Amino acid sequence: MSQKSVVLHLYRSLVRESKKFSSYNFREYSLRRVSVGFRENKNKDQNETKELIQDALKNLEMVKRQAFINSMYSTNKLVVE
Amino acid sequence: MNRSILKFVKNGIISSSSRINNNGFINKNNNNRWFATLPQPNRGIAGEKQPIYLDMQSTTPIDPRVLDAMLPLYTENYGNPHSKTHAYGWTSNDLVEDAREKVSKIIGADSKEIIFTSGATESGNIAIKGVARFYKEKKNHIITTVTEHKCILDSCRHLEMEGFKVTYLPVGENGLVDLELLKNTITPQTSLVTIMAVNNEIGVVQPIKEIGKICRENGVFFHTDAAQAVGKIPIDVNDMNIDLLSISGHKIYGPKGVGALFVRRRPRVRIEPITTGGGQERGIRSGTVPSTLAVGLGAACDIALKEMNHDAAWVKYLYDRLLKGITDNIPNVKVNGDLNARYYGNLNISFSYVEGESLLMAIKDVACSSGSACTSSSLEPSYVLRSLGVEEDMAHSSIRFGIGRFTTEQEIDYTIEILKKNVQRLRDMSPLWEMVQEGIDIKTIEWSQI
Repeated sequence: MSQKSVVLHLYRSLVRESKKFSSYNFREYSLRRVSVGFRENKNKDQNETKELIQDALKNLEMVKRQAFINSMYSTNKLVVE
Repeated sequence: MNRSILKFVKNGIISSSSRINNNGFINKNNNNRWFATLPQPNRGIAGEKQPIYLDMQSTTPIDPRVLDAMLPLYTENYGNPHSKTHAYGWTSNDLVEDAREKVSKIIGADSKEIIFTSGATESGNIAIKGVARFYKEKKNHIITTVTEHKCILDSCRHLEMEGFKVTYLPVGENGLVDLELLKNTITPQTSLVTIMAVNNEIGVVQPIKEIGKICRENGVFFHTDAAQAVGKIPIDVNDMNIDLLSISGHKIYGPKGVGALFVRRRPRVRIEPITTGGGQERGIRSGTVPSTLAVGLGAACDIALKEMNHDAAWVKYLYDRLLKGITDNIPNVKVNGDLNARYYGNLNISFSYVEGESLLMAIKDVACSSGSACTSSSLEPSYVLRSLGVEEDMAHSSIRFGIGRFTTEQEIDYTIEILKKNVQRLRDMSPLWEMVQEGIDIKTIEWSQI
């Protein structure tokens, strides 16, 4: 798998998992942060990208766990939703 | 809606969580796990919507990453970090020391200089009372400002009752302390100067570096209550000559009930401890370190350090949007506090000719505050606004909006809309507003009792 396809797969997974937060604020922040983060690291070299991929994998695991916990204790929607 | 219920019944699960939560098929991959049928303990009244949260100065939500770091200690790594004889203690201790290292990094200190406490209030108490009492023989003068947090002011008042002399420096109309006045107030008997870095009510950033320089030149210890500043503006205790610094966990997206105190080791700051016991935390704060909370604080500081630039840019963007939206649509508003030397996550605005409490009730869907949380149960206007020289009626009609990492543009736009509608509505009902519209100067009216 080329690095580019790994990064794209990670991005899509992160976005998909971020959408599962039931809290409006966390969901919006996660989506925004992921897109900003990937965009600003777009043109880094191979080695840096490798480290960033490892970080992103850890973050993906964290988002999965936290989205689930958040949904367990979810409360009513906000007025802006 | 019915089809999705059927789908889950077919797979052997009826999950209330995936029915209510529109965002997802959380249980799609957990087909036969028993925990997929969890009830929802936190649901409020059905149909009622929660207000949006714009009160980041009173407290902040716990970042999911912080919660992720804390949960292992709530579940499996429950050892006492001070137990030196078994693996549970060793793991817990490693995690706490790791957290200590992360807290020290955000302020540019050494990890040996960090002491975990129960919050910024306790840190402030230890710092002020501890330093004052230790150096009591030769030095008994303390300098602070009138806009400090209640915990600092109350500690100073307590020390006054013990026989110390305390000077409360006034602040200018912009909320900043006068450096010349500070220099002239320092005497050979001064042991401590305590000035907060970022004010929790008006958001002004004091010139900490200059104050630190003045204190270092005069051989006086400098304590700063940086509860609102840590993780939001860059702080370096060596660059800014800070000797003591208070950190609060729940202001930087960490848990409530934990804070830290930075106590400089070179040159050594001696403190008389308040909480004595088994000698934990260098003897300054005895008691088992709450490893869960300490790890949460460490994770929060770590995240804040990494995200500081992103957060600052986002908060500034939202602040500009909010301020422009308010000033464009609502005339006669005044921002309290200096416009430039401020932390942009705090916007304290006074609306003329509108009563503050009634405006707060009218914008019930926006969770903000008027005055600080510590003083909101009394009906008096905030002492901070009064010390800025804000008039009674403007002080009563001031509202503080807190913007943070998790605030969105939609929430800001909603706030602007709701403010626009309600301020106009309340002003239309106000006879003072009518008189102002007719051109009468309110101050020239002679009020009489009937």
